[in-house]
Amino acid sequence: MNLTVLNIILLGIIGLLGVGVYGLLITRNLIKVVMVLQILVKAVILAFVFSGKVSGNLGLGQSIAATVIVADTIVAVVGLALAVQVRRRVGTLDAPQVSTLRG
Amino acid sequence: MERVEYVLLLMGAIFCAYRAIVSKRILSSTIYLACISALISVVLFMLGATQVAVMELSVGAGLVTVLLVYALSVVGEDALDPSSVIPKPFAIFVVSAAALFLGWMVYPAVQFDSQMASIDLASVLWQQRVLDVWIQIVLIFSGVMGVLGLLSERTPTGITGGRA
Repeated sequence: MNLTVLNIILLGIIGLLGVGVYGLLITRNLIKVVMVLQILVKAVILAFVFSGKVSGNLGLGQSIAATVIVADTIVAVVGLALAVQVRRRVGTLDAPQVSTLRG
Repeated sequence: MERVEYVLLLMGAIFCAYRAIVSKRILSSTIYLACISALISVVLFMLGATQVAVMELSVGAGLVTVLLVYALSVVGEDALDPSSVIPKPFAIFVVSAAALFLGWMVYPAVQFDSQMASIDLASVLWQQRVLDVWIQIVLIFSGVMGVLGLLSERTPTGITGGRA
């Protein structure tokens, strides 16, 4: 198989997505969940720019990638704020323990 | 030569992502996350997306890292990741199957490199996708509210704060 640059980038995107999904499956700490989401979004940003490059409209790919970067940062900020408040109120960052709370 | 650079950068990013996930100390994971951002920024720059590369480097490796370190300093000793609920071999199997399926679906779509003239980012952003700019402004306001929540020191009365 002749690996071109585009194939290499595609494999890299799929690899990053795979590692990110694996992290989402095995991670329990709430702060680490935010970090894993960051990894996934980095793969998506690369995919947007890559698709823009392939389709010949790099400006559109960059525009969408910039929007995703802003949204991803806000997700990280709000997620971290929630995690810190959960830690203060409940005393743990373990997602299964938090999800079993009632009342 | 260009292919070798891409391979090294992307392999480094995947390695850092794996280390960020399996590392027990979350501070180490934060450093690995910043490394991923830096490597992805170089790849974006090499692809020609220079503006997005600068944004990714400043936001991903700068702002988010600072926020994560601050959050870790607030939560203190609890910043260790416990072992997973899902068996790791099962997770690896599911992810490998999904990745193979994704590769099988998208591989035929990238067999050509278009040489069409591209519209520059400023034209796209300010003429074609103005709604995105407004959405970004709203999101930034939401982020400010989130930072206020992160920095809030007030603890509610009547809550002990012990483990459940």
